[in-house]
Amino acid sequence: MPFSATRRVSLGLVVLAIVCLWLGDFEISAHDPWQELGRLALGLVRPDFGAVDALGEALLRTVAFAFVGVGVGAIAGLLLAFCFHHWWVRTFCAFIRAIHELFWALIFLQSFGLHPLTGVLAIAIPYAGIFAKVYAEILDETDPTPARTLPQGTGRLSALLYARISQAWPHLVSYTAYRLECGLRSSAVLGFVGMPTLGFHLASHFAQGHYAVVGALLLIFYLLIASLRLWVRPALLPFYLAAAPFCLGTGLPIMWSNVSRFFTQDIVPAPLRNGEGLSGLGPWLGDLLLHQALPGIWNTLLLSQIALVLTGLLAMALFPLISHHFTGRHLTGRLGGGLGHGVLVVLRSTPEYLLAFILLQLWGPSMLPAVVALALHNGGIIAHLVGRRSNEIILRPDAPKGVERYAYEVAPRVYGPFLALLFYRWEIIMRETAILGILGIATLGFYVDSAIQEIRFDRALVLILITAALNIGVDSLARRLRAHLRLRHTINRQSC
Amino acid sequence: MSSLVLAGAVADYGSTRVLGPLDLSLAPGERVALVGKSGAGKSTLLALMHERWRDQGVALMPQDLGLVPTLSVFHNVYMGRLDRHPWWINLLTLVRPRSRDVALITPLLERLGIAEKRWVPCGELSGGQRQRVAAARVIHQGGRVLLADEPVSALDGPQAESVMRALTERYDMAVLAMHDLELALRHCNRVVGIQAGHIAIDRPSRELSTGDLLSLY
Repeated sequence: MPFSATRRVSLGLVVLAIVCLWLGDFEISAHDPWQELGRLALGLVRPDFGAVDALGEALLRTVAFAFVGVGVGAIAGLLLAFCFHHWWVRTFCAFIRAIHELFWALIFLQSFGLHPLTGVLAIAIPYAGIFAKVYAEILDETDPTPARTLPQGTGRLSALLYARISQAWPHLVSYTAYRLECGLRSSAVLGFVGMPTLGFHLASHFAQGHYAVVGALLLIFYLLIASLRLWVRPALLPFYLAAAPFCLGTGLPIMWSNVSRFFTQDIVPAPLRNGEGLSGLGPWLGDLLLHQALPGIWNTLLLSQIALVLTGLLAMALFPLISHHFTGRHLTGRLGGGLGHGVLVVLRSTPEYLLAFILLQLWGPSMLPAVVALALHNGGIIAHLVGRRSNEIILRPDAPKGVERYAYEVAPRVYGPFLALLFYRWEIIMRETAILGILGIATLGFYVDSAIQEIRFDRALVLILITAALNIGVDSLARRLRAHLRLRHTINRQSC
Repeated sequence: MSSLVLAGAVADYGSTRVLGPLDLSLAPGERVALVGKSGAGKSTLLALMHERWRDQGVALMPQDLGLVPTLSVFHNVYMGRLDRHPWWINLLTLVRPRSRDVALITPLLERLGIAEKRWVPCGELSGGQRQRVAAARVIHQGGRVLLADEPVSALDGPQAESVMRALTERYDMAVLAMHDLELALRHCNRVVGIQAGHIAIDRPSRELSTGDLLSLY
């Protein structure tokens, strides 16, 4: 039987992942991982909502940072979208969104310190890059005829507002609302590097072994995400946006001398700063590449390759949970489907970083927690989208049931869209893999974080730039694979 | 007011010539019905006129109407005069229409029988209603010449009649692509028949009957 292109690519990825599995480090090093896991589970079952102060603050700050960050990002993104036809704007946007929120946070923490501005910019900058791209796409898809019928001499802004933005408005709003959910996750995770959001409280209570409070924090976070649709109403948005900047907390004041020192001295490569000139730059860069960048890139590629394949396996295994071809349409089926939805919602609303943090505490440092966290989160997202896609399929009445139905009727039909989605998420998985290094797994983020700990910001910056280049590279590879396999799928708007 | 002239107009689709070369001039007071088989080049000719004359006060009503489905009927009609207001007034109108604009547009909508749909998004209207919104827009817009492609194709007898009357009252010069020959002869004073990309007939409508035009089809 000859192999189709799709089959060859899929098999190639799996074989590559198996080789990587063999090369990586996947040991559980904790003394008693299952007892820890049990204590956490107990915390989730019996959460302690008594620590009202911590819970309230975590919630308020998480929401406030998300609103301000996403709001600023959306406005900047819209402005950038208007000039997205310039190649340099597109390149600039690709660059700023290739750098993860946490890396931006690490950069600004060194200059602005623990000021709210750090958290806001960390979300707003990469989000502006993403908003610009998607907004530009949405505006391009509008019907051009209304613009053609406008009276000659209509101002550019009026034309834009009436003929383009008004058409695209529902799509712009729904995408922005979706990104707000992403923003809440980003905001929660920024807590792990010191912002006063959920991650901060989670980490500190974890360290103290307050599993009941950890459980309460997690439950509140899920509740927050699940209830978004109830309290984020278009009419209330202006109110939220106006109130949010006042709920960011005060943090620590900005030391402007630090800011200027950071940008004019700290990030200048050491040999240049010490007056060694360009001749010193070569060895410095060589050393950095050989001992930090290369091992970091190697581990990042290794880990994200395994995570990609595991994500795919999980997604193809989990999508039947919400597919009515498998759950059925009768009452128990709908209940089962509801439950399946619940599982996928929990999986996809838990940020990889948070999952990896928890698993790392439980299992000790190795690549295992990172891979599992990445696969659970991304697998949940793709399973959800593939499941929805499968519900659009109409099967003949006498179609086989059970495993045969999965293998012969449904899976072959959704495999193309599934691969397209997986390739879309490749870049995101890679971005997240790099960032998980901050938790102590030797991917690029680990070397960035160590460089910052050692107050070598010049090295950190070079490593961050390398990470960004890696992300852009993977994105273009995925785009080529999609074109090669002729996978056309319009859901490129699910990227967090 | 002087005539509008289209000289040596041609249109190619790939390497095939679909229209022209043809010359056509439009004098003040002339309302031209453009007739001919579908595919004869009527829409192409209208597009060419729009391109050549667009900076001389042309109002365009394309076949697919060019309405914004997410905006209300009022706003779609208001768009005809976007060029007459500064951008910030247009911006405010999007949020809260000014009463003077509403007072200006409502009678027009009443005349066309869609006043009760004033605040309904155009995407929710039927084909006939949307066609009347597009007509209201070009009537509100005003200008020297109207270019309309099948402006009443989705309307029934009396409605088509009243929309045609409203359009021709507002515009002294007009070029209307029509497929209803009787309606065309009644409301236009000149008929241009297009056949295979060329002008086959060009005569005042009073000299013509529908029978004379059947040769085009």
